[in-house]
Amino acid sequence: MAHDSAHTSNTKRIWVVFGILTVVTLVEVVLGIIRPRWTVETYFVGMKILNWIFIILTILKAYYIVYAFMHLEGESGAFRWSILTPILILVPYLLFILLLEGDYIHDVFRYGIMKWDF
Amino acid sequence: MDATAQNVKAESIWKGGNQPLNASYGKIMMWFFIVSDALTFSGFLAAYGFSRYKFIETWPIADEVFTHFPFLHGVEAPMYYVALMTFILIFSSVTMVLAVDAGHQMKKNKVAIYMFLTIIGGLIFVGSQAWEWKNFIKGEFGAIETKGGQILQFVDAETGKQIALHEFATASPTERTQHTRSKGLWFVSEKSLPSYTVSDIQNAYAEHPNVLIRTQEIVPNLDKLKASPRVSDQVLAERLETQLVNSDAFGQKAIYKREFSDERIKSAVAVVEGANLVHNEYGNRLFADFFFFITGFHGFHVFSGVVINIIIFFNVILGTYEKRGHYEMVEKVGLYWHFVDLVWVFVFTFFYLV
Repeated sequence: MAHDSAHTSNTKRIWVVFGILTVVTLVEVVLGIIRPRWTVETYFVGMKILNWIFIILTILKAYYIVYAFMHLEGESGAFRWSILTPILILVPYLLFILLLEGDYIHDVFRYGIMKWDF
Repeated sequence: MDATAQNVKAESIWKGGNQPLNASYGKIMMWFFIVSDALTFSGFLAAYGFSRYKFIETWPIADEVFTHFPFLHGVEAPMYYVALMTFILIFSSVTMVLAVDAGHQMKKNKVAIYMFLTIIGGLIFVGSQAWEWKNFIKGEFGAIETKGGQILQFVDAETGKQIALHEFATASPTERTQHTRSKGLWFVSEKSLPSYTVSDIQNAYAEHPNVLIRTQEIVPNLDKLKASPRVSDQVLAERLETQLVNSDAFGQKAIYKREFSDERIKSAVAVVEGANLVHNEYGNRLFADFFFFITGFHGFHVFSGVVINIIIFFNVILGTYEKRGHYEMVEKVGLYWHFVDLVWVFVFTFFYLV
């Protein structure tokens, strides 16, 4: 078997991670219901602060799921990076291209001379 | 399989015997499958982001679309149920990782119990998703669609709350019935007809002076628009200020004053009740398309995850892994199950929160 006897019970860590995930989800839901006005009105790099908070919290949750539950933290470095690198390069790249283009098309709709809501 | 998963002595290093990544073949392949699937989902969500940025000022507000909670009829419960679903899925991930942990200690019964709990959690989640779909497809209020494809909803002038078509409109008697294959041409059929015709709604609107029209537009920050150097922004700000009831309600859907509502309703061409891939009463058409596609694809993953979990569960009970000497198979399906949870975390954020 790949990883061997070194594996002892991890139950405590599992429950701690579960607690973190639950708290983060609760914070997200509460923020989503209250929607504090300044977080909605203030923009940072073209996005509302509130949405930045949601995205950062989501990435935090993703980190705990992948590292603790999927046990990526216990894999060898080479394996870990062979999984993470493609995602970390391709996803931001795709998002950058598509969101910028979407924003551009929005501007064309809004400020272009063509009327599209007739 | 066994040959690839075994630790082989160093002398056979040139025969594929070594494990540079220190993981078995099956586990590596499961991880690489997950990477490719993660990229697929990223593509979907990025496409969603693209369309949303494109229509950022008219996109439906999720809080107003998903307001149902089981057994609480008429109570507005924005997102509570989705939050509960998320929690259930995260919890089923916990039981899965506990099953893997018990597997490492070769505790067959514990593995079986935790696998069973995971399956139950997965089934509850898929069921909840089906229920969400049902509510989404059925719709609650109904709306009309204009020639330009815009959705117009109706609100009560006093409360500002959305009102359903059946609350103020009456269907005029009509001889037109849904065409099915059993009546008339056997090779021609049509979708179910809306309960009202466009003129029913227009007449009812004329009779009810307290009904106003709500459009897809989201009220912008008018002060910012007025300060904008672009003339078209200033014109827009002025137009909204004169025409809207709620021009100060930043971030909410625009409600038009009665005289301007009158103009809007003239351009109605269709009555929309509920949602499908072509029309939906919630607003932008793409919203329903992405909802069906992304949550549907995720739901399909959950469903296959449950099926795989059931197979592994029976293998555990039959003692297959006990005989094999290790529970790595549980670990591999566990990876898949956590991945499904991981995807949902992102879908939850981008569909319901952002």
